[in-house]
Amino acid sequence: MSATTATVQRAGPAWAPRVFLRRLANGDAVAHLITLIFAAAVILITASLFYILWRDSALPRAAFGWNFLFTQTWDPVFEKFGALPFIYGTLMTSFLALLMAVPLGLGAAIFLAELAPARISDGLTFVIELLAAVPSVLYGLLGVFVVVPFVRTVVGPALENSFGVIPFFKGPGYGVSFLTAGLVLSIMIVPFIISVSREILMAVPVDQREAALSLGATRWESTWRVVVPYARSGIFGSIFLALARALGETMAVTMVIGNVPAISASILAPGYSIAAVIANEFTEATGDLYLQALVELGLVLFLLTFILNGMARLLILATTQKGTAHE
Amino acid sequence: MEISLKATASNQPPANSSREGVLAEPLAALLTRMKISRLNFFYSKKQALFDVNLEIAANRVTALIGPSGCGKSTLLRTMNRMYETLRNVRLEGEILLDNENLLALDVVQLRRRVGMVFQRPNPFPKSIFENVAFGLRINGYKGSLADSVEHSLKRAALWEEVKDQLHKSAYALSGGQQQRLCIARALAVDPEILLLDEPCSALDPVTTAKIEELMIELKKNYTIVIVTHNMQQAARVSDFTAFMLNGVCVEFNPTALLFTTPSDPRTESYITGRFG
Ligand SMILES: Nc1ncnc2c1ncn2[C@@H]1O[C@H](COP(=O)(O)OP(=O)(O)O)[C@@H](O)[C@H]1O
Ligand SMILES: [Mg+2]
Repeated sequence: MSATTATVQRAGPAWAPRVFLRRLANGDAVAHLITLIFAAAVILITASLFYILWRDSALPRAAFGWNFLFTQTWDPVFEKFGALPFIYGTLMTSFLALLMAVPLGLGAAIFLAELAPARISDGLTFVIELLAAVPSVLYGLLGVFVVVPFVRTVVGPALENSFGVIPFFKGPGYGVSFLTAGLVLSIMIVPFIISVSREILMAVPVDQREAALSLGATRWESTWRVVVPYARSGIFGSIFLALARALGETMAVTMVIGNVPAISASILAPGYSIAAVIANEFTEATGDLYLQALVELGLVLFLLTFILNGMARLLILATTQKGTAHE
Repeated sequence: MEISLKATASNQPPANSSREGVLAEPLAALLTRMKISRLNFFYSKKQALFDVNLEIAANRVTALIGPSGCGKSTLLRTMNRMYETLRNVRLEGEILLDNENLLALDVVQLRRRVGMVFQRPNPFPKSIFENVAFGLRINGYKGSLADSVEHSLKRAALWEEVKDQLHKSAYALSGGQQQRLCIARALAVDPEILLLDEPCSALDPVTTAKIEELMIELKKNYTIVIVTHNMQQAARVSDFTAFMLNGVCVEFNPTALLFTTPSDPRTESYITGRFG
């Protein structure tokens, strides 16, 4: 805001319409001001969101302190609230989603951007962009009617029979589980990863590809050793945007995760996520402490997204510097 | 680094025998590395080259000159088949590389034998070392990478300037250094022929002079084809010059001849600056 007043003051003595018009025609100062206002607005909105979440979660913060983050009981009757099962569910489902979606999405993006004939690439991209725009409740329905039975009858038993000794894959599975939510999330974010990564790969300058080919690289070597590394930070960006979407996804997750506030080692067991519990319990929350505990969960989700984004930026920075300096 | 002169002596009639007063080495006396015959090239419907004939002499610098858009880059890019990355292009005619059909060679092998340096320096966003080592790595080079990188950087007259900062980003170099890095990168895979497409157009005069010197040095070991917009440059560095106009190779002669006594009136008007 101080920048605004400074500009006006500087313009003050020469405040003739002609001068003003000339400055407008110049455009730079105006553009600068407008972008400054928008940037300030973004920061303001973020800050006030944080402030409201903080203010309206005073009761549970006072009652539980840090224990809120590290205890597992979620008992509205006895007013004991611990966020750990939801944090675990959110992180685990997002992690599983990325585990499946990143290789698939990246592979498809590379295929579409570099290897597929133009007509096929354009056609598929059109479909994929449609998929990226489908509302999440429809993915939830797909999850309920297809993925849940599939996990219950096929994936779950298969995993249990082969790897059942590992706690990770211990049954019995009911179909609704961390794994199911991860699968549905990965189906949701794959189109997004594909379409954004494809754009990024296609934006890699032709001269980089030509440099590689002129040195006797095959098409694949040029793609894998030059184009993909060049696009690396952008691809990381697309993955982290996808992660943000997975972390905050409410509808599709709540329909398939089972909504049980418990931490299980097995990915075939039901669980719960932060966004899902807020959506499900907010309307029926009785008592201020209960309500504010849900707001504090919101605060946790907000900070989680914030931290993961920060880590993503650091990662991008580190890898790009590594790419340019050593490799 | 050795170059095997596999080509047999060209049995072409001497190209425009030398006229009085000009000392020009006739093409017929030299080995022919590459021979282009009746070459036509089309970008979808648009024809960019018309019946081009050209011979590239071993261990000489051949310059392609002509006004912008006359097809110099197009012609150069047929020599390592870089045009194959484009859709809807068509090539007719014959190109021989050491008497082999260039168009039938494995394209990856071909590009190892015929290196290319582009108009704008295009280093990879990697370290100086890794830029030069790239071609060696993908080609599964067995020897010492460090030695080979050093050797190539020396050949490209860049070693002294970068030897203490090999692990810095290539992007930290100046434009002229980047272009010499690209030359070193191309030399590292030990090509027989080096194609350069206006390599100095983005550089200042001092750097340009450096690269010109370098080319004269390099022709001892390599065969060089350079596209240039700049006639003085062609006159300074090349042994043979082809003058192109609207996709046609108007005149191809020893440089000394072409610039002193052009045999085509269109060449004369171009070099005296009447158009282009
Ligand atoms: N990728 C392309 N697609 C269609 N036309 C092209 C393409 N590249 C070059 N041309 C055309 O071919 C002609 C020759 O171009 P080029 O070889 O780049 O000329 P020069 O290098 O001599 O300036 C020009 O008319 C140009 O417009
Ligand atoms: Mg050109």
